[in-house]
Amino acid sequence: MPFKYFGKINFTPYTKVDKFSDYLQKGKLMGTQCKKCGERYFPPRADCLKCMDDTFEWIEYSGKGKLHSFTKIFAAPKGFEDIAPYILGIVNLEEGGRLISWIGDIPENEIEIDMKVKVVPRIFEEIPEIKLYYTIEKP
Amino acid sequence: MKVGIIGIGHGKFGNRSDATVQELAFEPFKEAIEDANNLRREDIEALIVGSVPEYHMQRSLPGVVAEYVGMNPKSTWLTEAACASGSAAIRTAYMAIKSGLHDIVAVIGVQKMRELSTEEILALMGRVGDVQWESIFGTTFPGYYALYANRHMYEFGTTKEQMALVAVKNHFYGAMNPYAFFQKEVTKERVLSSEDVASPVNVFDCCANADGAACVIMTNEKLAKKFNDTPIWFEGLGAASAQMSLLRRPNLVEIPSAVEAAKQAYAQARIKPSNIQVADVHDCFTIAEIMAYENLGFCPRGKGGKFIEEKQSYIGGKTPVNVDGGLKAKGHPVGATGVSMTTEIVKQLKGDAGKRQIPGAEIGLTHNVGGIGQYTFVHILRR
Repeated sequence: MPFKYFGKINFTPYTKVDKFSDYLQKGKLMGTQCKKCGERYFPPRADCLKCMDDTFEWIEYSGKGKLHSFTKIFAAPKGFEDIAPYILGIVNLEEGGRLISWIGDIPENEIEIDMKVKVVPRIFEEIPEIKLYYTIEKP
Repeated sequence: MKVGIIGIGHGKFGNRSDATVQELAFEPFKEAIEDANNLRREDIEALIVGSVPEYHMQRSLPGVVAEYVGMNPKSTWLTEAACASGSAAIRTAYMAIKSGLHDIVAVIGVQKMRELSTEEILALMGRVGDVQWESIFGTTFPGYYALYANRHMYEFGTTKEQMALVAVKNHFYGAMNPYAFFQKEVTKERVLSSEDVASPVNVFDCCANADGAACVIMTNEKLAKKFNDTPIWFEGLGAASAQMSLLRRPNLVEIPSAVEAAKQAYAQARIKPSNIQVADVHDCFTIAEIMAYENLGFCPRGKGGKFIEEKQSYIGGKTPVNVDGGLKAKGHPVGATGVSMTTEIVKQLKGDAGKRQIPGAEIGLTHNVGGIGQYTFVHILRR
């Protein structure tokens, strides 16, 4: 599953961490761990920021975390007008690291900073191409 | 040996569909040469252009600007640090003069943005975030600052009203600045009722995409007095970077590169934040100005909202900020902004700011942020 299938519009089809999209298609949210010093990364990194080692292995993340901040985007960039307005959230993951994504089925009036959330891997069902992503949901 | 500014120029900011990018660059360049005493164009040894190339149809901007303003065969090059490209160019000029490589250097910050549609600019600017893990979800520039704003409100109790007051102040002063895009005051109610862009950021919390150019001419201490009776000196320069991705930032309530750059600039100038008598800060969004008060040490962290509420950033307050209208009222032609800020501080320190003059100002500061804080340049200037 090439990395180009990750996201509504993918800007970086080639990366050393392209297996991320394979796992995501199987419903797994994966980060990386440096083989030398053990530092963990989400978003995944091929090269360790801390010790500069370039070997890593994949580790599974639970997707559990807390909502760090959010915003409702009304003025959407090119290529996203069709889904606007949409709510973006930043999640601090329980195992460390952060991600940004759309808030899924949480009613707008229940969205609160620091609430507990769970990140759920998804596939866009309604369009013919394969597009992988994840959403922020109630745990 | 000190480095100083001997000439400044500023073109009209706004919708400049009347001019090409090199024609925009010519306006402040001519004005800056005339602002210096007895300076001939031939005396200038290099031209550094601050600009973000992605906005223009013309590729390789310094080439066309150098030709049009008549700088061939002198050397010319581009510096890019997103919205801080202008200050990056000034820092590069400082290095060139300090090293002795060049004695007199001109810096032109120039940008023509309004050839692109708002949607195109939103997409282009959104990609100043990490494109691999963030832009794929439709992040935007206002969206990033909105994420900062919501967290700042949550942690410190900052309010939308306080954010709106920044816009009210900057438009109040912008109304007195003939170079500004918008020369009209606004009310708090008007800001709060303006269209949603990315909650809690409304249209009137955002600066406008604009066209425009500004220029400064710099030289060393030995030559400065020959060209200007009152050169304005660089006393401290700070520059720092921060993570491209918000996902790897230590927190979402401060711009870490701004904190670091300010620290460096204050240390070199051997002054404290309380010594700053006038500042031009990067108010691309109202929350950005509130964070700037805090990151520059004008008030403690978390108290930026109170600082504007108490009018401490007005003339007569603790530290007057953006009394030229800021990006908010002037418009934000990204490459020109840092140079524009510098021209305003020079005017203030020379006592040439007219109705907006801060009486007796001797020490001023510019704070120019690139992207969502990936780059910050802080310059301290003194009469």
